[in-house]
This record gives sequence, C-alpha cells and structure tokens, in this order.
Amino acid sequence: MNTSQYFTAFRTIVIKEVSRFARIWIQTILPPAVSMTLYFVIFGSLIGPRIGQMDGFNYIQYIAPGIIMMSIINSSYANVVSSFFGAKFQRHIEEMLVAPIPNIIILSGYITGGIARGMMVGLVVTLVALFFTELHIEHPLIVVTVVLLTSTLFSLAGFINGIFARKFDDIAIIPSFVLTPLIYLGGVFYSINLLPEFWQTVSRLNPIFYMVNAFRYGMLGVSDINIQSAFTIILIFTVALFSLCLYLLNKGVGIKT
Amino acid sequence: MKALQITNLKKTYKSGLQALKGISLEVNEGDFFALLGPNGAGKSTTIGIVTSLVNKTDGKVNIFGLDIDSHSVQAKSLIGVAPQEINFSQFENPLEILLNQAGYYGINRKTAYGRAEKYLGNMGLWEKRNEPSRTLSGGLKRRLMIARALIHEPKLLILDEPTAGVDVELRRSMWDFLIEINKQGTTIVLTTHYLEEAEKLCKNIAIIDKGNIIENTSIKSILSKLDIETFFFDLRHAQSTPPVINGYDYHMLDGSTLQVDISKQQGINNLFSQLSEQGIEVLSMRNKSNRLEELFINLLKENKTDSQV
Ligand SMILES: Nc1ncnc2c1ncn2[C@@H]1O[C@H](COP(=O)(O)OP(=O)(O)OP(=O)(O)O)[C@@H](O)[C@H]1O
Ligand SMILES: [Mg+2]
Repeated sequence: MNTSQYFTAFRTIVIKEVSRFARIWIQTILPPAVSMTLYFVIFGSLIGPRIGQMDGFNYIQYIAPGIIMMSIINSSYANVVSSFFGAKFQRHIEEMLVAPIPNIIILSGYITGGIARGMMVGLVVTLVALFFTELHIEHPLIVVTVVLLTSTLFSLAGFINGIFARKFDDIAIIPSFVLTPLIYLGGVFYSINLLPEFWQTVSRLNPIFYMVNAFRYGMLGVSDINIQSAFTIILIFTVALFSLCLYLLNKGVGIKT
Repeated sequence: MKALQITNLKKTYKSGLQALKGISLEVNEGDFFALLGPNGAGKSTTIGIVTSLVNKTDGKVNIFGLDIDSHSVQAKSLIGVAPQEINFSQFENPLEILLNQAGYYGINRKTAYGRAEKYLGNMGLWEKRNEPSRTLSGGLKRRLMIARALIHEPKLLILDEPTAGVDVELRRSMWDFLIEINKQGTTIVLTTHYLEEAEKLCKNIAIIDKGNIIENTSIKSILSKLDIETFFFDLRHAQSTPPVINGYDYHMLDGSTLQVDISKQQGINNLFSQLSEQGIEVLSMRNKSNRLEELFINLLKENKTDSQV
C-alpha cells in the first residue's frame, strides 16, 4: 500500500464514522443540545442572577465555556466508545483487522470520528448558548486548539474503554462513575478559588480542570491557572493515551483471542 | 511458490484449551485446497491466525513467502477471507459493506464500485445492494461475505464453510464460480463438512483432528487408498432365499436389496455373471455413501485409537 492508498483507508473509516453519528443524530446530536439548554435555563437564567458575578463575569457567561466543554468531552468519548464497542460486538471490526491497514490508521480514523462529533455537538451547544447570553471569543486560536486537543483526548479515552469493554454495561460504567464526576469537579460551574486550599490541590489532579480553564481563557480571557502549563498537561495526557491505545491495538487486547 | 506455508503452528486459548498442537501445512500457488475435520478440530482457529484475527501461540505463517508478523501489511493485502461467522455490520447494506471494505484496501471509489457491481452480481446480490444486510436470508449473508472477500481480488482466497446453509442450486453455481476463479489463478483454501464438495472442487486436502494434521495429500491418492467399496444392488424380484455368490462378501438387506463389499482387484463383472446365471435381474446399483466420507470416518477412528494408546 502506498501513501494515497493509506489515505483512502483513513478516509473510508472517517466517512463511515461520521455518517454513523449523522444517521442517528436524534441519539447523538439532539440530547446534548436539550440537556445543555436545561443547564443554561436553570443555572444561568434562574439561579445565576442570585449568584452574582464570578471572576468579573455574569454567572451564565462564566459557565458557558464549561458547559460547551462538557458537551464536547461527553460526545467525543461516547462516539468512539459506542462505535468501537459496537464494531467489536457485531464483529465487523474484523473487516478492518484483516485488511492491510496499519493500526495507527485505524486508531486515527476512529479518533477523527470522535473529534468530528465533539465539534459538531460543541457547535450546536454554542448556538444554544447564544440564545441565553452574549459570547465573545478572546483568543480564537486557543479556543480551536483546546477543542481539538480535548476531543482528541476523550476520543482516545473512549477508545480505551471500548477496547476493554466486554458487555454493554462496561461502556456505561466509566462515563457515569468516572467521567461525570471529573467533569463536575473540573470547575465547570465554579472557580476553584472558592474552594478551601486542600480541595484546590485535589482539583489540580483532574485533567478536565485544565481543559475547562484553558477553554474559558480562550473565550473570556480568565483562568484559574497558567495557560502554558494547562496546554503542557493536556498534551502530555494526549500523547500518553495515544501511545497506550496503539500499544493495546498492536497487542490485540480485547479484539483478538 | 507457496501461497500459504504454515510451520509448527500452535494455539492455546486463554481458557487453556490447546486448539492447535503444532501443525505444518503447505498450499501451492494455484491450488484448490480443502481443510477438513470434525467440529472443534481447529480449522477456524488456523484460518483466524492466517488472517490476523487470532494471535498465535507459536509457529510461523507465510503468505506467498511473506511472514505475517514481519510483513503483515503486504501479506494481508494478498488474502481475502470469508469467515464462518457473520461479521459485517447488520445496519449497513451490501453495497456499503463492499465499498468500505474496498476502501480499507486502498481501492478508490470508482474502481470499487465497478468491482462491487461485478461480485455482488456474481453472488446474485446486486438487486439487494441497498437493503439492510440484517434482512438478508442466511444463505445470502454467506454469499455477501464471499463477495466482500473478493473485492480486492486477492491471490489467496480463504473460505470457512462457504456453502453452509446454501441451497443445492446455489451451491452448484457457487462451485462453478469458484472453479472459474481458481482457473484464472486464484489460490483457494476452503473448509467444508460436505465431503462431496471437497471431492468435486479440490486438488489437495488436509484432515485436521484435535489440533493435529492426520492426513495431508491429494484427493486422487486418498481415493485410491480406498480399497474396498460397498455397493447396493436393487433387484427386480424379491428373493425368498439369499443368492449364492462366490468370492464376495455380501448379505441381503431386505428381500430385494443386496449389499456387497467389492475390492479393487475383484472388479464387478464376475458378480454380475453369477447373478445372471441365477436369473437374478439387477435394476440399479449405488454406492453406500460418499467414498471420501467413509475414508474420513476411518481416519478419525484411527486417530481416536492412536491417541488412546
Ligand atoms: N475464542 C475461543 N476461546 C476458547 N476456545 C476456543 C475459542 N475459539 C475456539 N475455541 C476452541 O478451539 C477448538 C477449535 O475450534 P475451531 O473453531 O478452530 O474448530 P473448527 O475446526 O473450526 O470447528 P467447526 O467445524 O465446528 O467450525 C474448539 O475446541 C473450540 O471450542
Ligand atoms: Mg470452524
């Protein structure tokens, strides 16, 4: 296979992934739009005015970046875990395994699908947010980079979940018991400056905290942390998970007997 | 050139079950090869390893001289496989399935479309190309997997029970098709439980049992091994007493059916003359069963007694 053939293989996986979530948009795009609308209504419009300002912004403006980030994280994760596990479960992952595609291309194809869904949902939720508040973007380049890195990172995380999952329960457990708590404690709804010293330190162990803050910095220009170190940490996690995924694929963990 | 070369292949599953105990096997380029054996013998395990779906425990596999470990990408591009179990997405339609598979092999859409038309057509699936694959009948699903295996025009085609559940007429047309692409140069390895199929299609066979190869030879030589054949003769008139036939091992199944074991040396003429002399008229005669089947059963029996020693 030459480079253009590899590209054909990659494109085939990406198109297949994107048409999968586009075809079932009622399950993939609509739910985050609905639930994020509820967040904006309840926390933004109803409770927000009582909370007052946070870091110099209306509460609704302060939480908007976090809520967009939350939907991107959930969607990219969910896309890869359900698509990859589905392929394993129905065995059509074998169509790729028998073909002359290097594992890095299989992985990149699935990850690109996850990024696409993350971005798509992020965009829809941003449009929803515009109904409730004004959003201006302070540092567009940072916004784009953070969205890309975050959706990549959580697509990778979803991929690992998919590799180890043996039954449908396994693809629901991690999102509910790990992902959701990390997101809620990652500073989506508050600035960690409000927390006692100890819990501030604990929050810094949570990778999502860095993503939410980097994204908020890109949108509003405020952040709980230094933006360079946020990027460094996100990048390290991304590279580490990418290598882990590749290693697991090469060993055939969860897909070959 | 060897299309497939398997050397001392071993597989122990995580359960501890040793599915392959060190098999070696060679398939020449252009061959039509059958891998036979009872349920659980290790056929699909072997195919799984050759097609990179199962991790081997030990041993080597070469595809046209390319090691599947060190030259995995090149080796994979030469193989097409239709597995035993359905493994396409139930939500995609046949055309999508073929076009995607072509894409995985780096084939552009235009070429892929032409080939999909050709191979879906060959398998009688072109009219159903846009129907969800889960709605296809069992036999059509199997044929879809064969069409998919052909989309990149592999040099080595591996079919794990391609005709299981396929009706008689379609099986025959599938045979003709396979014979044709074999003539055009595709090496074919198949597994089957229909020994008639192996006898009809294949030049060489291997019989595998409990993870070992117990026979590896040509169809011709294995059939020539079969010295004694059992025939049934249907007689026009029921006999109240059995006829007397010298030199043959025989008995009456019922009043009008005579069963005789005949060895190659004996021939059949003498039997007929003895019957005519006694005024017994033969209406028709037939083999007891497929000859290969008898031999197959014998080999497996031998293997059983061997392994008990
Ligand atoms: N994933 C697995 N885990 C554990 N054991 C397995 C697995 N797959 C197959 N086996 C066992 O390995 C042995 C060989 O199985 P295999 O599927 O290769 O047989 P086969 O010759 O293809 O049989 P059949 O004619 O029924 O298809 C069997 O005992 C089977 O139970
Ligand atoms: Mg089998």
